[in-house]
Amino acid sequence: MSSFLAILIDGAIYASWLFLVAAGLTIIYGVMRVLNMAHGSFYAIGAYSAASLVGWYFSGEQQGSPYWSYALLVGCALVAGAIVGIAIEQGLLRFLHGRDEILMVIVTYALLLILEDATKLLWGVDPYFAWQPYRLLGQTAVGEGLRFANYDLALIAVSILIGLAAWFALNRTNKGRLLRAVIHDREIAVAMGVNVNAMFAATFAIGAVLGALAGALTAPAISVTPGIGVEVIVLAFAVVVVGGLGSIGGAAAGAVLVGLSRSFAVHVAPEVELFVIYGVMFLVLAIRPQGLFGQTLARRI
Amino acid sequence: MSILKNFSSPTPPALLAAAAVLAAGAWVLPAWLTFLLTLAFAKALVVLGVVIQMRAGLVSFGQALFYCVGGYGAGLGAQYLGLTDAFALLAVGTVAAVAVALVCGFLLTRYREIFYAMLTLALSMILYGVLVKSSALGSTDGFNVAPPSFLGWVPGGVEKKRAIYLLTVLIALGVALAFHRFLESGLGRVTEAVRENEIRVEYLGLSPRWLLFANYVAAAGVSALGGGLTALATGHIDPDMAFWTTSGEFVFIAILGGTGHVVAPFIGAIVFSVIRTFAIQEAPNLWQMTLGIILLALVLFLPKGLWSLVQRRRREIAATSGQPATEASQSPKGISSPISEKGVRA
Repeated sequence: MSSFLAILIDGAIYASWLFLVAAGLTIIYGVMRVLNMAHGSFYAIGAYSAASLVGWYFSGEQQGSPYWSYALLVGCALVAGAIVGIAIEQGLLRFLHGRDEILMVIVTYALLLILEDATKLLWGVDPYFAWQPYRLLGQTAVGEGLRFANYDLALIAVSILIGLAAWFALNRTNKGRLLRAVIHDREIAVAMGVNVNAMFAATFAIGAVLGALAGALTAPAISVTPGIGVEVIVLAFAVVVVGGLGSIGGAAAGAVLVGLSRSFAVHVAPEVELFVIYGVMFLVLAIRPQGLFGQTLARRI
Repeated sequence: MSILKNFSSPTPPALLAAAAVLAAGAWVLPAWLTFLLTLAFAKALVVLGVVIQMRAGLVSFGQALFYCVGGYGAGLGAQYLGLTDAFALLAVGTVAAVAVALVCGFLLTRYREIFYAMLTLALSMILYGVLVKSSALGSTDGFNVAPPSFLGWVPGGVEKKRAIYLLTVLIALGVALAFHRFLESGLGRVTEAVRENEIRVEYLGLSPRWLLFANYVAAAGVSALGGGLTALATGHIDPDMAFWTTSGEFVFIAILGGTGHVVAPFIGAIVFSVIRTFAIQEAPNLWQMTLGIILLALVLFLPKGLWSLVQRRRREIAATSGQPATEASQSPKGISSPISEKGVRA
């Protein structure tokens, strides 16, 4: 019984992390039809800026409460994500709107390569640690002998919050409705006077901020080293593709499915841990090519 | 410019001549260069697999799957089957890859565009996940592959590298000739039609799915050869062969060379290897950035790859000499990059 509980809670923690990572990716794809490989770099940039800033905050003689470090995590993700996102959108992607999806994958792959080395240049290749916010919240005992870090449990709440916020913004606000119109039919939206370019820029910035936020919130739980972005991006792909490209609800469903299967594998058969993530992806796509929540498109003649 | 004029001669004799020169180079070139060329040609074989799928409009972000199967096939053949012959080892890897492709092909050929890219990526990552966790095969460290024999001949010392180099040149020549025939054949040309408009190909009474299936299996076989040769040349295999960044590298080389001709992947692979050797030596932390910038520049300014430079040159020669260049004039538009011409989505 306790192992069942452990699988469930581990799965929920992992799923919430997956959702955090995948949310930005799926939003950008949904609106812009750009499967953004550079999302892994946004994650890495968020993690690096958070880790270095939190490290600086706790190393110096700052007199503030340690709880301010959480504000730092979120703050630097907002700033770093927005800067990088807007720079890339305005500097490059703006000129490639409406191009072939596969071409955009290759363009963003190039961006990923560039940003990978840019982070190495900025932060060096040594690992960064920012464990203080993680330790600060302590642990909770669940059942007999199970202990979970409160930080991880808080992550579940945060990702649910982000999911709800995204849903609210898309469905209950005016801008969100306009955005859905753009997703549904870009040309008609332009004809109706929607400033699609501004929408795209805003979407990309939001997606990048979400990616950076995922990195920043993960940074306290890991050691931040080069290459984390490259590892994360394929996981995010798997989640987004399982759920259906471009759907927030799909990303949530995909995250839960992948998260639970992985934690099940970790507890029952650890040797198939990595295999199971892509196995789930492959299985879902084999049965439902458009993903769980994806829309089918008519064939063009 | 007399060298470039030779390009307008029919391809097979040119390929034979190039292979002869390269083979002679085994006794002239320094060891590091022949080693670099060995790996470059082995990579080019994998890239050829990517290229023939690109001609059909499909970008595989998981060609490393077959590269890895080929490598591990050769390695496991040596380890567990007791094989030492290079040809037998390569055959083991290739047969294994073709078998995998026959199964996966049934599923994959139902998908197009981004889903094809993602599914191929998932497949290669599945293999990566399995290999990383299988401690019998050395987990992330992989294992070493003993130097092979060649039809009973066991080379020693310097001869070892030279033999593998010559084998690679030989296989690359054979594959290039075969694929040149394939690309020029009706079947090869129809795959380009599939890219342009699949449904019209169906109306013509052909089965795009079957065409793509055959294409996929051929790509798998040739990629496995590349993987096997890499394993024999470096004497080592590890799961990173199946990691998605390896596939990304192959896609990069495919775009660098272009999809216009069977030689293009080879040119791309050589240029790539040379750039990498010097970039890693001079600025190891700027290597990926260099790649990324080159890739962006290629996509934006030279979408048909390096080969389009040769084509342009050929046309100029043809225009000045007043006679049509054989291949360039036959299919001026047919030779194009799959990623550049689709244009604006509706």
